Amino acid sequence: MAEHDHKLIHAFGALAELGHEITNRNNFQETIRTSLHLISGALGIMRGAVARYSRFAHELNVLAVRGLGDDFPLSLSLCSEDERQFLSNGMSPIEISQAKVLPFFQVYDASFERRRLELFLPLVVHGDIVGAIFLGEKATGESYSAYEKEIVCAMGHHIGVAIAQRNLMAEIERRADENRRLFDEMRSTYHDTVKAFAAAIDCKDKYTEGHSVRVGKFSEIIASEIGWGADETEGAAVAGYLHDVGKLTVERKIINAPYRINAKESAELNKHPGVGFEILQPIHHPYTDVPLAAKYHHERLDGLGYPDGLRGGEIPFIAKIVSLADSFDAMTTDRPYKARRPAKDVVDDLQNNAGKQFAPELVTSLLGGMLKELTGEDRSKRFRRLLGRDYMEAEGIVEKLKYTLNEMAPTTPMTYVAAVGSVDQTIL
Amino acid sequence: MIIENESRGSVEPKPESCTIAAGDYLNKLSGEEIEYECRRRIEAGYRELVVSFSKTEIVNSIGISILLGVIDTAANNGARVVFSDVNQDTTDLFEMLGLTKHVTLI
Repeated sequence: MAEHDHKLIHAFGALAELGHEITNRNNFQETIRTSLHLISGALGIMRGAVARYSRFAHELNVLAVRGLGDDFPLSLSLCSEDERQFLSNGMSPIEISQAKVLPFFQVYDASFERRRLELFLPLVVHGDIVGAIFLGEKATGESYSAYEKEIVCAMGHHIGVAIAQRNLMAEIERRADENRRLFDEMRSTYHDTVKAFAAAIDCKDKYTEGHSVRVGKFSEIIASEIGWGADETEGAAVAGYLHDVGKLTVERKIINAPYRINAKESAELNKHPGVGFEILQPIHHPYTDVPLAAKYHHERLDGLGYPDGLRGGEIPFIAKIVSLADSFDAMTTDRPYKARRPAKDVVDDLQNNAGKQFAPELVTSLLGGMLKELTGEDRSKRFRRLLGRDYMEAEGIVEKLKYTLNEMAPTTPMTYVAAVGSVDQTIL
Repeated sequence: MIIENESRGSVEPKPESCTIAAGDYLNKLSGEEIEYECRRRIEAGYRELVVSFSKTEIVNSIGISILLGVIDTAANNGARVVFSDVNQDTTDLFEMLGLTKHVTLI
């Protein structure tokens, strides 16, 4: 076999390896380093470098270098004339000794000559300069033949595509980061808007100030206690914040009536779930059940609620959460016509109405959350902040909660421990 | 890759020659081991590096590039590189790519 054929077979082997290297998802820096090895080894080239082009800085930044010494510049600047020439030249090797008319080769002439660099290949992909390859003298001492330049070109195409892909990936990552940032901003704006709405709703009812916000927080607690993920729990909080949005259309004198309202007024007030649904439905919420929570938060498991008298499983789960949170807040806060009820009474009420008005598993979750906080298992102080320390630490409340939970759900690990009575009942 | 032997000059306090054996396939992984070892020996002052190819059947393009790097580093540090026990195919490859212009084959 002729030496030319040998060289060709050897170079094709290197080209195949280069294709394999670039299509593998290796570390980019390592891929470029290996690519430089392959191009050097294919033609017996003593030294060289591969650089990536930054079109913002107009610089070739060296990614891999072999045999050019530590003082070879890591960044090489191009002027617009260089760029124009390299683009019009396309992907074909330039003999450095014959290209000194270009500013780039004039600026770096001494550096290239000292290192015996012979060929420069601009890497042009889809009409953009993405990088360049610098190649030094061959070990044979001969100049590059036409077919060797073709091989350099072919390998350069692969390396150029690898760099272009990397640039594309970096751009995608940058845009994804930007999208994430925008999404976070939108989310934050959404939550601020929701809270503003909740405040606006609460403003209308001077006797239940902060009710919507508290229902949002109790809904969040219940959702987290039943094991919902962060997004769903956030959705439950939003549903709680907005559950009474329909009250915005109810006359203030009805909402603020310091007496028991009459049937007509009651009918007017009872429209608020439906109105809330109408208000919330056209809005594209990140959490789909928010309008349903507003519509059905006065439904009861036994079918005696309103507006539609839904029963049990007909009631959307989010509405069951908000319903419990709503009633819990109503029972634990002072109203103009009714003082807040003692904590132990509230526990009794929830137990008595579990299965009638409230979903039992949600009641046990809410009470379980209280117990965990009182026993120190949960140190978040979520309940204390909403109900006040004195209310939460009412005498005998820990025992009451344990007893109730044991009655309602005796098989859960927490209540089993409570039943055995081995838990230290220190109130924190 | 094995350091087979080291000999030290009797007059000079610096070490003189060492032999580094390449494995059966000189590729990126084994090549970089040889490169590292050669650089270490050159920095330690060895004046001659003998790379033994007695077990080597294939040298790929990356192997060639790495050997060129070793040759270049040795030349820049005034050291000599010797390739020993190279099989005929690999000798042809070294000749074709010009490595034999820079090393002694034994």
